[in-house]
Amino acid sequence: MILAKVVGTVVATRKDERLVSNKLLLVQPMEPDGAPRGNHIVAVDTVDSGAGETVLVVSGSSARMAGDLKDTPVDAAIVGIVDSVEVSAGGS
Amino acid sequence: MQLARVTGTVVATQKHEKLLGAKLLLVQPVDAEGRASGAPLLAVDAAQAGVGDRVLVVQEGRAAVAAIRRPAAPADMAIVGIVDRVDCFDDEPLAARVDAAPSGGTP
Amino acid sequence: MQLARVIGDVVSTMKDRSLQGQKLLVLQPMTPAGAASGRPLVAVDSAGAGTGETVFFVRGREASFPFLPDLVATDANVVGIVDHWTVEPETSP
Repeated sequence: MILAKVVGTVVATRKDERLVSNKLLLVQPMEPDGAPRGNHIVAVDTVDSGAGETVLVVSGSSARMAGDLKDTPVDAAIVGIVDSVEVSAGGS
Repeated sequence: MQLARVTGTVVATQKHEKLLGAKLLLVQPVDAEGRASGAPLLAVDAAQAGVGDRVLVVQEGRAAVAAIRRPAAPADMAIVGIVDRVDCFDDEPLAARVDAAPSGGTP
Repeated sequence: MQLARVIGDVVSTMKDRSLQGQKLLVLQPMTPAGAASGRPLVAVDSAGAGTGETVFFVRGREASFPFLPDLVATDANVVGIVDHWTVEPETSP
């Protein structure tokens, strides 16, 4: 899983019908210290997260184990809202 | 999933039987502002997308195969939606700020 | 599987129900020589590890296998705590 910040929403009217009623959010992956890293990802939100929140994103086929995503064509899901990240000194 | 723009079509007469009749599109991954980022990719279309459309792309085997509804097809990338709009919160995304910094100096 | 050092933990109250009760660790993957290798990531913990320990973890769909038949939404799982490891010295010319 990676840490990411919710930075936007994605609206797609024409999409796979199994994705209908799923909320799609744009997230910016980040380091444990909060620095952004890499490209944005579009992820299905299963925990009702919101703007600016730090979230946990699971990718690959494991994403479909979250919520009710079984058999839906998704490869990234938001599975947690992060309250705090504690990194030991001299960590990363 | 990734945001991408459809930049072209690919015609391949001779391909794996599980992919016969599948529409192959060239897609360029883009960021929230629509700027290209990363290498162009080849995806099977499951959303009736066309050249110029901004789309949602899954990049994982089983998700792609589920999207194109071709069990056991040798595909690892599929277009699953056409993006109408991307709304960014506040001054986000972060990358925009990072990119904007060096280009300062305009009056 | 890969070696990593546990560099921290993550607290998340609101999470997928399959992750309820799971401890979340921040891992820094490392080379056998002990150098950081690649980006830090978050993993669930099936081994009872803690910050500062050296562990090994598995990525991908297999990360959820220890919980079968439950489906747990994770793509990384700490499956062992490393007591010690040795590396054969580079073969000399």
